[in-house]
Amino acid sequence: MTLTLTSPPVAAPLRKRRRRQHGTVLLLMGPWILGFLIFFAYPLVATVWYSFTRFDLLSPPSFVGLRNYRYFLFEDPNSWKSLRNTLWFVIFMMPARLISALLIGQLLVKIRRGGSIYRTIFFLPSLAPPVAATIAFAFLFNPGTGAVNALLGRFGIDGPLWLSDPAYAKPVLLALGVWGMGDVMVIFLAALLDVPNDQYEAAGLDGANAVQQFRYITLPNLSPVLLFTAITGVIQTLQYFTQAAVASSLAAGVATTGGGSASSLGYPDGATLTYPLWLYQMGFKNFYLGYACAMGVILLVISLVFTIFLLRRSAAFLGPDAAR
Amino acid sequence: MRDQRFLFRALTSATVLALALVGCGSGSDNGSKAAPKASKPTGSITFWHFFTDREEKAIQAVVTDFETANPGVKVTVKGGQDDEKMRQAIAAGKGPDVGLSYSTDIVGNFCSTGAWQDLEPLIKRDKVAMDSLLPIVRSYTEYNGKRCSMPMLADTYGLYYNKKMLAAAGYTSPPKTLSEFDAMVVKLTKKNKDGSINVAGFVPMLDFYENSAAHLAPSWNATWLTKDGKSNIGSDPAWKAMLEWQKSLADKIGAKELQKFNAKKGEEFSADNAFQKQKVAMMVDGEYRIAFIKDQAPGVDFGTAPFPVPDDQASRYGAGYVTGNIMGISKGSKNPEAAWALIKYLTVNNDAIIKLANGIKNVPTTHAALASPKLEVDANFKTFIDIFQNPGSQTSPSTGNGAVYQNQFGDFVDKWQRGQVTNLDAGLKTLDDQINKALALGQAP
Repeated sequence: MTLTLTSPPVAAPLRKRRRRQHGTVLLLMGPWILGFLIFFAYPLVATVWYSFTRFDLLSPPSFVGLRNYRYFLFEDPNSWKSLRNTLWFVIFMMPARLISALLIGQLLVKIRRGGSIYRTIFFLPSLAPPVAATIAFAFLFNPGTGAVNALLGRFGIDGPLWLSDPAYAKPVLLALGVWGMGDVMVIFLAALLDVPNDQYEAAGLDGANAVQQFRYITLPNLSPVLLFTAITGVIQTLQYFTQAAVASSLAAGVATTGGGSASSLGYPDGATLTYPLWLYQMGFKNFYLGYACAMGVILLVISLVFTIFLLRRSAAFLGPDAAR
Repeated sequence: MRDQRFLFRALTSATVLALALVGCGSGSDNGSKAAPKASKPTGSITFWHFFTDREEKAIQAVVTDFETANPGVKVTVKGGQDDEKMRQAIAAGKGPDVGLSYSTDIVGNFCSTGAWQDLEPLIKRDKVAMDSLLPIVRSYTEYNGKRCSMPMLADTYGLYYNKKMLAAAGYTSPPKTLSEFDAMVVKLTKKNKDGSINVAGFVPMLDFYENSAAHLAPSWNATWLTKDGKSNIGSDPAWKAMLEWQKSLADKIGAKELQKFNAKKGEEFSADNAFQKQKVAMMVDGEYRIAFIKDQAPGVDFGTAPFPVPDDQASRYGAGYVTGNIMGISKGSKNPEAAWALIKYLTVNNDAIIKLANGIKNVPTTHAALASPKLEVDANFKTFIDIFQNPGSQTSPSTGNGAVYQNQFGDFVDKWQRGQVTNLDAGLKTLDDQINKALALGQAP
């Protein structure tokens, strides 16, 4: 008896069809693959490579091993400070924005008349360009001429120096973040309107009060949206740059590009020096592009850690369906 | 499963290709080449500068003169550009033929990386008399013996004082020593009933407008770096003396009140500038402030003088801080001959320099322009001309990593002013160590 190891004759057309299928898939995926290559894979791989080099954008990079990472961990006087500042925003500003957006969304769902007007009012601030919004806040909180201290003065309160005081600079930026939470609110509003009404009616008949309805009906229904906004919120906050840069320059009184703004970044006393601001300062003002790339890689790792943490914890907080 | 493997293979291949592309990084041409044979400049060039509004018009007028003098050359001028944009454009091979920067801090990086071309061969070829420029100007336009930039006007810093306020306090002339200065500052400071400052005689905080460590350093003869490029802040007693003077004067006025006053100041380059609003009797600023006052606050009666010096260094009175605008030819310029012609016109042609100096109210950089009767010099502007020519005047040394040492000193000063530094000597030594490590990061291992 002879055993034939060749494929059955039907396999050849099957392979041909599969190749054709793969070709079609590749063709259809082509634009995406190209985008992935140019805008994600190349920059990511290049950033990781440059993080191990001495690089200033203008001359060829030279390999320095782990020197950039060593400098970040043990020698840079501002790396940990900038990381602490950014984590402060992640811990306080991101939840503040989510909670305020959820509460406003919840209120707007209940409003029967004039809802669209209130929706517009709460959403509009998120459309303000970050630079313009920050300038407006800096004027409001100006210790000398701002409306906030003028109002406090009427009640006999000597207002603080706000953006010029290391203790108050970050809370002012937090207020700015909460003021512009309209983008998150709209997402919550859409999700809240999607919650089936009959669930509330059934719960009402069973005697559930408003808090219980929120805890056992609203939150579980919102869980995927909450998870999405939390993850994107963390990533956005880790990249917090524009508002901190503008606020510090305005507080330092040197809001011009011509005169250079490097020395004012993080003013006062490094209180607003966020991680991306320090990365920018080191990369583009002090020409340590290799080091800035190392900071970028570390930021990517931190973002991944936060995302994994949120995905894992979301099941505990929001039920097993949340992370799916 | 098979499809997943296919997708995985496709993505892996894409990533490997990306990895391969990383190897094709930018190269550089740092070598000094022989200059091409001189030829008549023709064609078009691009010229980027940072000036806007009134100053931009002055630049354009001189560029138009250049085009008239060189009929074959067309210059496309773009104002309001900054160094970072220019740097990124050069790295991408899209830089302007001629770039103008406000910061001498970039010279080290631009020269050492070849972002700006070596001008030495062209200077030799055209026999440009470099000794027509002041030595201090020559020093801040080159790095480690390599000249990649030329100076286009200079900025000089001194003391501005409000004549009316000084006269009302019984003073007829500005202070020359720090003891005189301190007494005047205290007398000129006016407080409100609640103890807050209404008018400050002087704001000694080292983040008040141009009142920075770099601009005050020449009065103490303080040096930033040693000859081998290491931080000298902890070893040079002048820095400690300057910081102690700063703190003692702040304490005399009231440090907390000064912090509040500083926080409430108007924006530096707007009409709300505290000196222009007559909320400050004296302040440190550059010669360009004269034009700003004329434009934004013509009613302010002011005078200018060199910043006072420590009492035991009275003979050094007259010196100050000097910096300036710098120009260079970008790596990859397609028309370096015309670019060089424009740079020469703007940096060593005395008629052009004087027209620019009169238009922008900056200090000209050649001996001939400084002495020319065509240069519009009033008593206030003359102060800066004198400071500029004083042999004791200083500039900040350039490094391959910009002003990293100044920024770190600025962070330290912020802590010092907030009372967070208890041991100044130890703090300055630690600062030395931090600066040296930062400088080492930018050097080959």
